[in-house]
Amino acid sequence: MSTATRIPAQELPSTFRERAHVALGDSQLRSNFRTAMDSLMTKRALAFADAEEREQLRTLGNTIRARALSKLPDLLETLERNLTRQGIQVHWAETVEQANEIVLGIVATHEARQVIKGKSMVSEEMEMNDVLAAQGIECLEADMGEFIVQLDHEKPSHIIMPAIHKNTGQVASLFERKLGVEYTQDVDALIQIGRRVLRQKFFEADIGVSGVNFAVAETGTLLLVENEGNGRMVTSVPPVHIAVTGIEKVVENLRDVVPLLSLLTRSALGIPITTYVNMISSPRKAGELDGPEEVHLVLLDNGRSQAFADGELRQTLNCIRCGACMNHCPVYTRVGGHTYGQVYPGPIGKIITPHMVGLENAPDHPSASSLCGACGEVCPVKIPIPALLRRLREENVKAPTEGAPLLRGQGSKYSRKERLAWNTWARLNSSPRLYRAFLKMTTRLRALAPAAAGPWTQHHSAPTPAPRSLHELAAEHLNRKTP
Amino acid sequence: MSARNSILNTLRASLQGTTPIVDNFDAALVTAPWTYPPEERIARLRQLMETVHTETHLTTTGRWPLLLAQLMHTKAVDSLLIAPATAHGRQLLCAWENLPDAPHTHAYDRPIEQWKAELFNDTPASLTGTLGAIAATGSLILWPTADEPRLMSLVPPVHFALLKASEIHSNLYEVMQRFNWASQMPTNALLVSGPSKTADIEQVLAYGAHGPKDLVVLILEDA
Repeated sequence: MSTATRIPAQELPSTFRERAHVALGDSQLRSNFRTAMDSLMTKRALAFADAEEREQLRTLGNTIRARALSKLPDLLETLERNLTRQGIQVHWAETVEQANEIVLGIVATHEARQVIKGKSMVSEEMEMNDVLAAQGIECLEADMGEFIVQLDHEKPSHIIMPAIHKNTGQVASLFERKLGVEYTQDVDALIQIGRRVLRQKFFEADIGVSGVNFAVAETGTLLLVENEGNGRMVTSVPPVHIAVTGIEKVVENLRDVVPLLSLLTRSALGIPITTYVNMISSPRKAGELDGPEEVHLVLLDNGRSQAFADGELRQTLNCIRCGACMNHCPVYTRVGGHTYGQVYPGPIGKIITPHMVGLENAPDHPSASSLCGACGEVCPVKIPIPALLRRLREENVKAPTEGAPLLRGQGSKYSRKERLAWNTWARLNSSPRLYRAFLKMTTRLRALAPAAAGPWTQHHSAPTPAPRSLHELAAEHLNRKTP
Repeated sequence: MSARNSILNTLRASLQGTTPIVDNFDAALVTAPWTYPPEERIARLRQLMETVHTETHLTTTGRWPLLLAQLMHTKAVDSLLIAPATAHGRQLLCAWENLPDAPHTHAYDRPIEQWKAELFNDTPASLTGTLGAIAATGSLILWPTADEPRLMSLVPPVHFALLKASEIHSNLYEVMQRFNWASQMPTNALLVSGPSKTADIEQVLAYGAHGPKDLVVLILEDA
């Protein structure tokens, strides 16, 4: 099956700029995001009341992730060895196509018809729902937020709160329309409707799919955090469990997860811990009465090794997917998650997506930022997101001939005209003689200044140079004062 | 070349000439702010767990079966899933044998495949033990076993959990180290910090998403 035959979940304008324009005009969407992000920011701040404790923990989190990445291939092998010994089957995939083939293979072996899926961003990368649907296999989202967006043929707009772009009224109409239930704006009642529908699916499903928050090499353990219990359901009820995750999710030791867990749940939701921390180290053992008979782990690369190749960009892979960067991002809050048009929105999306789909397919990602620095300040594992954005901007405007290509789609925004303009600017500003000549010319020929200056003059009056430069005025002033 | 070797080779090539970062894990950062004297742990645990709608009760080794029967009457729940091969399962059966009006018990003693529909549709409550709890985060520690399987604490809408007061520890790091988790992880280990919940609709907190709607912790003060 080719990707071209897949039906896009939602028709959106084709560029970031156009989608942002639409989103900014949607006052309902903007107020939904503003309210939610304000509340998430407040909760996080309360959960990290002691700034010193927070900063020390962030530093520890950063070194744990950096240490894991500094020996990633060895840790992946250790993880594989331990999981295999304990009976969990490990699969490797360089691309999403390979990962989907692996999943389809397992589905075929078990002649599965129904798959129930816990929250997993990697399965979103794979577009697993569509791939399985194309084979006539139902793949249902079990996380309440994911269930809601799937019901409305949408994609998640936030990595932790997938349906945050909708308000209660919108969910109520959706349930009424799609599930044939009576319209109610009572959130408890809406959740109970979801519970009823999905319980039946947990019961019937042939295969459960989940993501992984941390894969512990030392013990061969897959750790998942969640509040709803759907993650436990999909990993405990169906006879087969498939976990899908990125190759960077591995940590060295079990104790390494202690600070990472605390950073993750406090940064994401402002809570000391999630309702469930679910640690899986083997399939059902002889004599045990429940749990899946078969457990699989699919390790997906999908561009991560490209980020890994560069010491600076490698820090992108520190990410523990808490979503704090998007909660604090002034751009994300205004344009919403769908504007990014890719699986991962917000600041983390801007630095990880180019490795997954190529800069040519996400050309505006690195520049859709005010570089205010909030994302870097709140990142629990200290990814220098603003610095990485600047770096990607540089890579994005490199001429095709400059250096060995490091990134897929590198130089997709290269323009000879822009390069010429900047070179001229650099020469002017590094030669006093040229600079003075330029000033003289601009001030004396000010009458010739153009009335239209591109997008600037759509909303501003055109700039006219002053009759004399500040440099001249200052020199004259100083000369006057010193007799 | 297989995907596995291709990925590993690429990663190795990228690391050429670098040295692994030294492990300088500072345990004090995850223990010092989260250490509580034993007499404070019950209060902290209860406060944190009740904040997320857990019901907690103080009781004793001798009295809990009676309290459990009373709580079930109050909640109008008439049947309890138990693990008959565990010590607490045996104690409960014994205590309820002569108790007038005792709720029904149902034993989890067969593979799930033989009674899945009944578990999902006709099992209103369950009782499990715990391996202790964590005061720092308000979490119960559960290591389901062959005798007390993992679905017991997940599928029934009401989950009663027994907790010995002496097994409430300060923080997760301490528990992992003291009981040497790294060398003996079970099939499934769990931290449970309340009834199932979600805030996926407009950040409004709702309980009873997919797991238990009610989590009731019976704390045995003398154990």
